Amino acid sequence: MDQIKVEIDGSEFTAPAGSTILEIARANGVYIPTLCYDPRLTPYGACRLCLVEVEGARALLPSCYARAEDGMKIQTTNEKLERIRKTLVELLVSDHPMECMGCEKSGRCELQELAQRYDITESGYAGEKHEYIEFSENPFVTRDYNKCIMCGRCIRICREVQGVGVYDFVNRGFEAVPGTPFERPMQETPCEFCGQCISTCPTGAIKARPYEGDGRVAARDILRNACAYFHMSEEEMTKALGLEEWKVRTTCAYCGCGCQLDLHVIDNRIVEVTSPLMEGAGQGNLCVKGRFGYDFVGSRERLTRPLIRKGKKFVETDWDTALDLVAKKLGGTKKKSGADSIAVLASARITNEENYLIQKFARAGIGTNNVDHCARL
Amino acid sequence: MTNTIDDLETAGAILVIGSNTTEAHPIIGLRIKKAVMRNDCRLIVAEPKHIRLCYYADRWLQHKPGTDVALLNGLMNVIIEEDLYDHEFVAERTEGFEELAELVKEYTPEKVSGITGVAADDIREAARTFAAADNAAICYAMGITQHTTGTDNVVSVANLSMLTGNVGRPGTGVNPLRGQNNVQGACDVGALPNVYTGYQSVTDPDIRKKFEEAWGVALPGKPGLTATEMMDAAAKGDIKAMYIVGENPMLSDPNLKHAGEALEKLDFLVVQDIFLTETAELADVILPSASFAEKEGTFTNTDRRVQRVRKAVESPGEAKPDAWIVSEISKRMGYEMPSLEPAEVMDEIAQVTPQYGGISHARLDEGVTIHWPCPDSESPGTPILHTKYFTRGKGWFCPVPYVEPAERPDEEYPLVLTTGRVLWQYHTGTMTRKSEGINELDPHGKVWISPADAERYGVENGVTAVVSTRRGDIEIEAMVTPRIQEGVIFVPFHYAESPANVLTNNVVDPVSKVPEYKVSAAKVKPA
Amino acid sequence: MGTSGHRYKVVLGYGTCGIAAGATGVRDALEEAEKAGGYDMDFDIAGCMGYCFIEPVVEVFDSEGGSVIYGDMTAKKVAQLLDEHIKSGKVIEDWVVRKSDQPEAGEGDFLANQHRVVLRNCGKINPESIEEYIEIGGYEAAKKALATMSPDEVIEEVSAAGIRGRGGAGFPTGTKWGFARKSPGDIKYLICNADEGDPGAFMDRSVLEGDPHTVIEGMILAGYAIGARQGYIYCRAEYPLALKRLDIALEECHRRGFLGEGIFGSDWDFDIRIKKGAGAFVCGEETAMMASIEGKRGMPNPRPPFPANQGLWGKPTNINNVETLAAIPWIIANGGAEYAKTGTEKSKGTKVFCLAGKVRRSGLAEVPMGYTLRQVIFDVGGGVQAGKEFKAVQMGGPSGGCLPAALLDTLVDYDAIIATGAIMGSGGMIVADDRTCMVDLARYFLSFTQEESCGKCTPCRIGTKRMLEILERICEGRGEPDDIDKLDELAADIKAASLCALGGTAPNPVLTTLKYFRNEYEDHILNHKCTAGVCPALITLHIDPETCIGCGACVKVCPTEAITGEKKQPHVIDVEACIRCKMCLSRCPEDSIIAE
Repeated sequence: MDQIKVEIDGSEFTAPAGSTILEIARANGVYIPTLCYDPRLTPYGACRLCLVEVEGARALLPSCYARAEDGMKIQTTNEKLERIRKTLVELLVSDHPMECMGCEKSGRCELQELAQRYDITESGYAGEKHEYIEFSENPFVTRDYNKCIMCGRCIRICREVQGVGVYDFVNRGFEAVPGTPFERPMQETPCEFCGQCISTCPTGAIKARPYEGDGRVAARDILRNACAYFHMSEEEMTKALGLEEWKVRTTCAYCGCGCQLDLHVIDNRIVEVTSPLMEGAGQGNLCVKGRFGYDFVGSRERLTRPLIRKGKKFVETDWDTALDLVAKKLGGTKKKSGADSIAVLASARITNEENYLIQKFARAGIGTNNVDHCARL
Repeated sequence: MTNTIDDLETAGAILVIGSNTTEAHPIIGLRIKKAVMRNDCRLIVAEPKHIRLCYYADRWLQHKPGTDVALLNGLMNVIIEEDLYDHEFVAERTEGFEELAELVKEYTPEKVSGITGVAADDIREAARTFAAADNAAICYAMGITQHTTGTDNVVSVANLSMLTGNVGRPGTGVNPLRGQNNVQGACDVGALPNVYTGYQSVTDPDIRKKFEEAWGVALPGKPGLTATEMMDAAAKGDIKAMYIVGENPMLSDPNLKHAGEALEKLDFLVVQDIFLTETAELADVILPSASFAEKEGTFTNTDRRVQRVRKAVESPGEAKPDAWIVSEISKRMGYEMPSLEPAEVMDEIAQVTPQYGGISHARLDEGVTIHWPCPDSESPGTPILHTKYFTRGKGWFCPVPYVEPAERPDEEYPLVLTTGRVLWQYHTGTMTRKSEGINELDPHGKVWISPADAERYGVENGVTAVVSTRRGDIEIEAMVTPRIQEGVIFVPFHYAESPANVLTNNVVDPVSKVPEYKVSAAKVKPA
Repeated sequence: MGTSGHRYKVVLGYGTCGIAAGATGVRDALEEAEKAGGYDMDFDIAGCMGYCFIEPVVEVFDSEGGSVIYGDMTAKKVAQLLDEHIKSGKVIEDWVVRKSDQPEAGEGDFLANQHRVVLRNCGKINPESIEEYIEIGGYEAAKKALATMSPDEVIEEVSAAGIRGRGGAGFPTGTKWGFARKSPGDIKYLICNADEGDPGAFMDRSVLEGDPHTVIEGMILAGYAIGARQGYIYCRAEYPLALKRLDIALEECHRRGFLGEGIFGSDWDFDIRIKKGAGAFVCGEETAMMASIEGKRGMPNPRPPFPANQGLWGKPTNINNVETLAAIPWIIANGGAEYAKTGTEKSKGTKVFCLAGKVRRSGLAEVPMGYTLRQVIFDVGGGVQAGKEFKAVQMGGPSGGCLPAALLDTLVDYDAIIATGAIMGSGGMIVADDRTCMVDLARYFLSFTQEESCGKCTPCRIGTKRMLEILERICEGRGEPDDIDKLDELAADIKAASLCALGGTAPNPVLTTLKYFRNEYEDHILNHKCTAGVCPALITLHIDPETCIGCGACVKVCPTEAITGEKKQPHVIDVEACIRCKMCLSRCPEDSIIAE
């Protein structure tokens, strides 16, 4: 059977056989809370928030893990499920620093979102809280396990997606926590600093160190709240508010994979780079260059004015002077030695549109086919 | 790529040859790893040095640099000898099989083992694995192309793919992984000396006429010079002025001494870039340009997917988009290109380029994913090429005999030098080496050398060594590692302070004009 | 038991329990005597006989097959044993635990009230000798099955026996084997779960130490029945003696062609590998165990998929407890119907219990299903110690529940026990007397499960921690009136939401003590009293002047110098200085120190 029919909360849905209950629910806009789920990973079933009631089943089933079967009758919400979910969030909050005011993840923290949903301002199950020291021994990844909710997403994405396995859990019981082997600094592990762990962490436990202290794009919070209030998608809302600039979707400027990036911009500065989940070549994954390699854009070493050689030195000049000089020299060469004595190198880094104009300039403007770029190098 | 990055996941077998995928194309590396870890794909890695993908491989064929044709012929020998090839595909969609069979007959696993250093049984098993898969893909990169026999290598890869019928379905195909963000696009839109956009030949009078009409000016019919030929011509005095946009040949060209001499000899050099690169240092005029984050446009990635580039920040100072700069120069030289927004330039590209006919910024902004060819605005694009027929109709098996690299080790230069990339850096480092964190993790280049060679030449791990070839020498820290085979050393080319391309040979493939970066004769000694 | 021509055969119970009690000295002395000669005897070791309360134990067989068991042996006593019993044929009555001619006299009823199937060879044969196992009919069942029975017939026989999984959950073994057999796939695995981890449970260890070949034979039969060619024994590394004896047994099996390719001359291949666990309680859970065998951290995964469909390395896998497997050769040899004659309607055969805690005769007790708890604890175990009163029994370890005296007539039967809120469990039976605080007992078991939680799922990791914190504060006298409600709520959610049975059953000790001993909780919270005199914060210690003999033993151990008194005069405890560590209590020869 290729397609199955299931009933979720009284509505019937068709889905490909082999789908999990959660996949079917998500595909049809039925909300089931999750914390340990990431579509890039194999299901795990740890947070228990996605438990649902299936008619005839002995126990509640984790919808992220359980495959739907034809004819299944599923309840995603009822008094018992909501009570359990609230207890679970309360338990997580009971071992979580209540520092949302200063936390950079605030506003996009999955735990915070659930705490709001279940109206939890403090846990009814107060008790011991962990006090781990923060690890920030490397340039890119900061780990604050006080905010860890043990969803295992960092461990799993490192192992399942990146194929590396820098992390695993250490200790047992309440003391269980992710860690590197023997607490080694990350640069002494096989870590590739792809930051996939950062991209999946649902709370502020794993953060991109270069982007710390930059705050967040303020519009994002407002936007999120507004989206929730007006039941609009983020995209619809950004368009409606003319807010395109808070987060700019573009294509990575490094290798040929063509991963999609969201550049987060504050005050004309790129403050963070993320990748949209399940889109483009990367599906939300990036490499060290794509995630952390964009400080060059704002580098002080950038060229800011045209320069003209005077002997061994360069002197700054204005555009008109520089352009006139270039036109004059190239024009002179063409007149004196012919168009084919000029060569143009276009670039594998610039846009299609620019390359098009450059080759057009070489062929139509100068009159030579001496145009190439470093495709071969 | 004939196929897409997405469908690599569905391959039953993947042959990765001449590509350190996890470092040079990390995200494609993830897909290959996913295919192996989650979908039971069988991976064969053919690579002279131990790369991370070897950990995921069923079989690692550690061949000697420059012996790819022999290895591929050896694989095809087994597939034909053991009758593992796709009879139906060969009969219906190809021609020239007999000639191919005749040629590869002599490439027995034993003979190929002698050339490549790979055990004959490994060749047999790898051939069986590849042929047994329902869908098998081949991925390659510069390890295949950067040889004097680069074209031969590519043809051999295509032969293997056709022989096993792995064309035109998901999880199959011949998949060159392009090294730079828009190298595919630059080629697509005609930044090549012999073709206009969409690979339309400059020597074809009809096509030339089309462009003359579109651009309103007479166009030259003689193909131009390739980048490497330009350098030779400049050295000879035939090229007198150069306009270089966003490229850094003073680190990326082979035989940098030669490149430097060539550029020095020019009457006039303009360099347009975002940083004062090694090449810009030699310029007469330097024009500051906008980075990718400061302008609108598109890039075309390695699987022919045309994607938007959007402006996120303002350029620093007076830096300008390349389009503006080139238009200004053109105007001042008497050819005024219409002043167009990037979206309008794309519309012009679409008009003159069949493959881009249906591509526009508007469509892309709607979130449509388009792999070219996309002939018109109704077309969804073409994720997989050659599904029914090849560009020329039937696929042609072109038998390729093995030819040795141009420069072979000898008494004076006993080692094979091969160059390439590392995860942390990108090309000539113009961008990545400005990143503080990346440089903390990867401060400088290292030459890889096997423990046996290190002992033989008195080189110590972590200590500076001198690597020399007939072109020059560099000082670089030695990394003694069993991950490289005896007789071979590897130097990444990203680092200005230890420029690998001082060493490389500027001899090129006769057809593609790609230099032989992957094989030079070299020697090492302690500094 | 043959005596190979000698008049006597002396057998020493040489399991971990015996060794801990000093059996090595006894063994050395007996070996030395045997080597020196002059005694008309053979000496051999055997596994544990089950008399934990009186280890080390020596059994002396005479040539007529009669035997005498002596307990509390020491190396020093060996000389007297040799002189009087071996040389002179005189039984040393003071040391006797059991005589075969008066099987029910003295402590004899410990064994007389048992019905041993699983433990049939324990303490009788040398576990390090395959010959002794073969001599008593070992491996005949396996040979018979391979030669004359189809795999389905083996499964039918096991189904006919009605045996249910002895690991605790009690799933019918035959049915489970049937699932694994029917599951499609060429490669299947069999796992023997020897990751015994309940505090106070040692059935599996005793069987592995005392009769490893029975387990191996059971695995051969199971492997043949389900179609698995590779078996694993997952045994914790804290059982070095069991591992050593398994190693010896596997090596002997290989040598004889009982394991490996074409076993017993058939065309069936079967082999067994040992995987040592690092002592994680959760690894007894089958999905966690498989993760551990695969080299991953032992953490459970949700089911479905069930191991029978997708288990070890993604292949169909069948997992059985040691005790279950140990019963299989007997079932195949004697027939399922014979096995099913013992027991109740839905619980067939026998069950091994580990009697521990405040019971007079701690040790291994194998009884027929259908016995009452009273029979097990009183007839076999001898009840609680003199002067104390039976209060409760904890069944099934930390996953189980605590049953009061009123439920002592509950039958040993899976369903009957579940109806009480406890579980049959793997066989731990910890007896509590009137000096046991039930809140403290629940706290102890919860601290165990909390520490052993793998940490994967939220309710088990944090939920049990919060429950534990509540219990701790109740024991410390800081309990709050709504704590009982909080415990109830948390327990319900943890049970419903936990990923595996460890979390799902962790609240059971709390729930059953709340159910049967709620007044103790209320006493702690509302009256700040621990009536059992256990919780330090809620008790005061004083010395009964009537009985104190002024020996001063308590003064010596008191860490805070809170006890004063003249020699031979009643002593006094300064309540202010006393930290209620109860060191004095354990030292007082007259039980004069009273905690209340």
